Amino acid sequence: MKLSPAASYSAVDQSFIDARARLLDVAAFLDRVQRYGQEDDFRVAALKQAIAQLSTSEPGRVERILLELSDPSLEPIPAASMQGAFGAYKPQS
Amino acid sequence: MRYIEPHAHMVSRTTDDYTAMVTAGCQAVCEPAFWAGFDRRTAEGFHDYFLQLVDYEPRRAKKYQLPHYCWLCINPKESEDVKLAEEVISIIPSLLDRQSVLGIGEIGLNKNSRNEYKILEMHIQLALDHDQLILVHTPHLEDKLKGTKLILQALKNFPKLKPERVIIDHVEEHTARLVLDQGFWAGMTLYPESKCTPARAVDILEMLGTDRLWLNSACDWGHSDPLAVPKAGLEMRRRGYSADVVDQVLYRNPVSFLSQSSHFSISNEEK
Repeated sequence: MKLSPAASYSAVDQSFIDARARLLDVAAFLDRVQRYGQEDDFRVAALKQAIAQLSTSEPGRVERILLELSDPSLEPIPAASMQGAFGAYKPQS
Repeated sequence: MRYIEPHAHMVSRTTDDYTAMVTAGCQAVCEPAFWAGFDRRTAEGFHDYFLQLVDYEPRRAKKYQLPHYCWLCINPKESEDVKLAEEVISIIPSLLDRQSVLGIGEIGLNKNSRNEYKILEMHIQLALDHDQLILVHTPHLEDKLKGTKLILQALKNFPKLKPERVIIDHVEEHTARLVLDQGFWAGMTLYPESKCTPARAVDILEMLGTDRLWLNSACDWGHSDPLAVPKAGLEMRRRGYSADVVDQVLYRNPVSFLSQSSHFSISNEEK
């Protein structure tokens, strides 16, 4: 079933303040890691790179950000040495 | 609003959550076997956990008038030890005829390792051998895309498998189409941080439609919300969708998939 959003629904009215708050949180996070001298962390670099997607005009920003943060390889790794995940792909050095 | 919670780890929740879920309209809860936060060391430990899922937790839920179902497997996080995993898998067939067991799950991959993949294949074969539904976990965060592709490849290697009897869970914007395009069901997990928010899940429904999709909270001992599914329903209502559309996504879709198991029955007025 295809969904047809109601014409009367205002996504901006409903979500702008929430989006504004999240954007400020990202800005505060970047200021914080800079203050603590942790800008070189690969996750921070990946986040900064992904942020560029926010200024594009093409739809699909979420998907493109998720793809940028993903492991692009296809072969299973020899063995799992940990159980958690980082949130951003760490390129092999 | 009535809804099914098709994926919740209730053994790690309090009875307050049962009260809240039933009050919000939950009609049934389904609990896949998962990781306890630490690695169990013996097959006997898993056997006790399986008994908790098939015997104890349904009794606890029944006190709150909530039917409780489960899925059995060894979680991919504990699949690196192949010998232990094989022992655990050998226990499962003896429990599959229990009335609350819906199938094999949540199987899948975690770090996308060779051993995890091997145990995934063993679980798929187990499900085929016993004509069971399959619930698949896809990996977290940066591992999800690769893991989803590997899982789809593994499933494809079993030509007798019917895709409509498999649900691949935890899809997001970059994996949902991959799953749906191959005929599988897809689950969207509503997490405060690491998976979909209710708003993003409704966005995905708007982009892909409602067919073969369900929503779940996957609430466990971590940062999660046992009321995430009805909150997504509220998000749909805010955007102007009718109560019938919300019912389709939150109730009739999961009932449609789960009813493929003869063990699932819901004594409600209308499916």
